[in-house]
Amino acid sequence: MAAIVQGIGSTAAPCASSNKFLLSSLGSSLLEKKRNFFVVRSDGKCYTGLNQQQRRAQNVVTNAVATKEEKASAAVGSKPGHELLLFEALREGLEEEMDRDPCVCVMGEDVGHYGGSYKVTKGLAEKYGDLRVLDTPIAENSFTGMGIGAAMTGLRPIVEGMNMGFLLLAFNQISNNCGMLHYTSGGQFKIPIVIRGPGGVGRQLGAEHSQRLESYFQSIPGIQMVACSTAYNAKGLMKAAIRSDNPVILFEHVLLYNLKERIPDEEYVLNLEEAEMVRPGEHVTILTYSRMRYHVMQAAKTLVNNGYDPEVIDIRSLKPFDLYTIGNSVKKTHRVLIVEECMRTGGIGASLTAAINENFHDHLDAPIVCLSSQDVPTPYAGTLEEWTLVQPAQIVSAVEQLCL
Amino acid sequence: MNFTSESSGKRIPCFRVLDDNGYPIAGSIFEQVNKEVAVRMYSGMVTLQIMDTILYETQRQGRISFYLTSTGEEAINLASAAALSPDDVVLPQYREPGVLLWRGFTLQEFANQCFGNKADYGKGRQMPIHYGSQKHNYFTVSSPIATQLPQAAGVAYSLKMDKKDACVVTYMGDGGTSEGDFHAALNFAAVMEVPVIFICRNNGWAISTPITEQFRSDGVVVRGQAYGIRSIRVDGNDALAVYNSVRTARQTAINEQRPILIEALTYRVGHHSTSDDSTKYRAVDEIEHWKTAQNPVSRFRKWVQGNGWWTDEDESEFRSNIRKQLMEAIQLAARKEKPPIANLFTDVYEENPPNLVEQERSLGETIKKHPQDYPSDVPL
Repeated sequence: MAAIVQGIGSTAAPCASSNKFLLSSLGSSLLEKKRNFFVVRSDGKCYTGLNQQQRRAQNVVTNAVATKEEKASAAVGSKPGHELLLFEALREGLEEEMDRDPCVCVMGEDVGHYGGSYKVTKGLAEKYGDLRVLDTPIAENSFTGMGIGAAMTGLRPIVEGMNMGFLLLAFNQISNNCGMLHYTSGGQFKIPIVIRGPGGVGRQLGAEHSQRLESYFQSIPGIQMVACSTAYNAKGLMKAAIRSDNPVILFEHVLLYNLKERIPDEEYVLNLEEAEMVRPGEHVTILTYSRMRYHVMQAAKTLVNNGYDPEVIDIRSLKPFDLYTIGNSVKKTHRVLIVEECMRTGGIGASLTAAINENFHDHLDAPIVCLSSQDVPTPYAGTLEEWTLVQPAQIVSAVEQLCL
Repeated sequence: MNFTSESSGKRIPCFRVLDDNGYPIAGSIFEQVNKEVAVRMYSGMVTLQIMDTILYETQRQGRISFYLTSTGEEAINLASAAALSPDDVVLPQYREPGVLLWRGFTLQEFANQCFGNKADYGKGRQMPIHYGSQKHNYFTVSSPIATQLPQAAGVAYSLKMDKKDACVVTYMGDGGTSEGDFHAALNFAAVMEVPVIFICRNNGWAISTPITEQFRSDGVVVRGQAYGIRSIRVDGNDALAVYNSVRTARQTAINEQRPILIEALTYRVGHHSTSDDSTKYRAVDEIEHWKTAQNPVSRFRKWVQGNGWWTDEDESEFRSNIRKQLMEAIQLAARKEKPPIANLFTDVYEENPPNLVEQERSLGETIKKHPQDYPSDVPL
C-alpha cells in the first residue's frame, strides 16, 4: 500500500518522535482558478507508537474560512439551519445514525482516536468506544471482508477507505463477496454495508492517490454507488446509505471536504437513486457529479453571460442512473453534455452516454458530448494535473459547439 | 548479533488420542464422548462418505455439473462440528459439508443444491457444493480461497460487540494459508481479541501443489505465534483428538475472547474436484495407503465398536439405508422444477432498480417473441 505523503497526517513510526502535519486545502478557492497553498499545522505532539497508547490528536483543521462547530445555536435574526463544512456534515450524518441504531459501527485505518484522515470520524471513538469505531491494521481487503462478515451477521458497518485508490486492494471482497453474497445465498444473507472514502484528483497527490474508482466498480452487480458534492447531500446520502439494506459505495472527493454550507437543523434523509437539479434551464442538459459540479457551475456563469441557458443536473446516483430525471431533462433540451472526472475509457460518462443513447435517442438533436479526463495516470506536476481535468473553459466551448 | 533460525529444529508435536488401530493411547488425556455423541459422529462420517461417493458418480454421469469430495477428512468435518454449539457461526471454505450434515441439513437439501432446483436455498445461483444455510448458521460457500477468513474476523467482532456466548469457526486448507487474507485475518483477530477459531485442514495438497511447495515453515501451526495466536497441531484423522481440541478451543475463545489456530493434519484422498485427476501428479499407492491404512472412518469405527456401541450389522444396515435415502433424494431433486426465470433478477438488491426492471421486462419480451427457443420445462 502506498505510503501517504501529503494530505493526510502521518502516524509516527515507533520509537521516533515526530510531528504530525495536517494539510488541508482551501475550499473557498475551488470556484476560482487560484494558485492553491496549504495551511500546515504542526502540533508538536509525540506518539509512543502503539495503538492503545496513542494520544488523541489535538489537530485543528483550519482554512481561510473560520470553522464553526456544528449545531451552533441560532443567533437572533440569523437564517434557520446551521453552517458547517462538508466533512462535518458527513460526521453529523454518521453520528445521528450511530445514535439511532446501535448496530451501526465504523471501521477503517486511523478512524478511531486519530479521528480519520479527513476528520470525518473525529470524536466518535471517544463517544462510542473503541469497538464501535474500530481502528484496523493496514489490510484493505481484510477489513472490507471483515465488514462484510459483520454485516452478514446483523451489524451495519461503515468501512472507510483512507483513499478510494486503496480500495483497489479490496476489490476482491467488494466484487466477489459484497456484491454477490446476497444473490448467491438465495437472499438468506444481506450485506447492509457502506464503503466510503475520498477519491478523485486532489492537489498534486500523484497518480495512486487520484483514482476515480467509480469507473472500476460500476460494473459490479449488487452494489449501489452514490457521489456526494455538497454538505447538504453529503449528510443526506450518508444517512440514506446507512439505512439502506444494499451495499452502498459512497464516493467523496478529497477537495470538497472543506466546503461550507448552511444545512437544515431538522433531520433529513435523501433518496439514494435520485439526481439533483442544480440549475434548471432550456438549452442544454449538463450532467455531472462530485467536484466537476463546481467546474460546471463556474462555466454556467460564463454561459449565462453569453446568453445560454444550461440545465445542470448533479446525477448523484452513479449506479443505478436516475434516468427519470435525466430523461425529462433530455426531452426538454434535446442536447446533452456530460462532464466527469473519470477517464474517457470505461468511465461513468461512457456508461451514461450509452444509457442515454439507448433510451432517449429520438429526443436528441445532437450527439452526446462527454468531457472526461484523458486516459493517462494523473501526473504530479501541478500544471500537468490541471490539464488532465476538465476546465470550465472547455465546458463553455463544448456547450457553444453543441448549441450551434 | 543472533539471527533466529528459520526453523526451530524440532517440529511441533501433534495431539492425538487414538492410535492407528483405534485404541486410546496410553496416558492421553481427553474428554470422553458419550455413546450418543459418538454414534452420531460416526454415522455422520459414514453418511458423508456415502454422499461423496454417490454424488461424485452423479457428476460423472452428467446429471450434475460439478462435485467436490471430502474423502479422507470426515473426522475433521464431523468431530469439529460435534464440538460446537448451534449458535456458533461457521464460515466454510468448501470441503466441510459434514458440518452442515451434523447441524441437520438433510440429504434432500444437499441434493437440491447440487441440482440447483427450485427448492435450493441458494435459488439455483451457485455451483454444486456451495451450500449455505442461515438457519444452520453456515455461511454460503464462496469459491475464491480464503475470502471467508477476514469475514470470520468480522463475524467474531460482531459477536464480541453483542457479547454472545458463541464463537466463529472458519476452515481453510493448507493452500489457503498462502493467501494474503489468511495473514490479515489472523492478524486482525489477534489485535481485536475476538472469539474465532481458525481450523486449517492441512491435507497435503492444493490441487497439484504439495505442501513442500506451498510453504517453508513447519506447517501452519507455527504461524500462529507470529500473530500472537494460541495454536495447536492435531491429528485430523483422529476424531476424538479433533473433538477435544475444538471443544477446548471454543471455551478458550469465548471465555478469554481470543482467536485460536488449529492445524489438523490429514490427507485429501479424493481428487481436488471432479475437474481434477490427481493420479497425474501423485502416486496411486500413496492415495491407496491413506484410503485404507489411515482411514479416519474405520479408525473411529474401531473405537466405537470397541466400546460396544456399534456392530457390523448396524454398519451394513446403516449404509444401505443411507444409500437408499440418498438415491431417492437425488431422484426427487432431479425431477423437481428448476427455479423460475424471475429468480434471475431477485436478490441482486433488496428491491430492483429501474435498470434491472427494464432488463427483466426486455428478457420477458424476447422469450414471448421466440417461445420455440425457450426450454419448455423451465418456469417463468
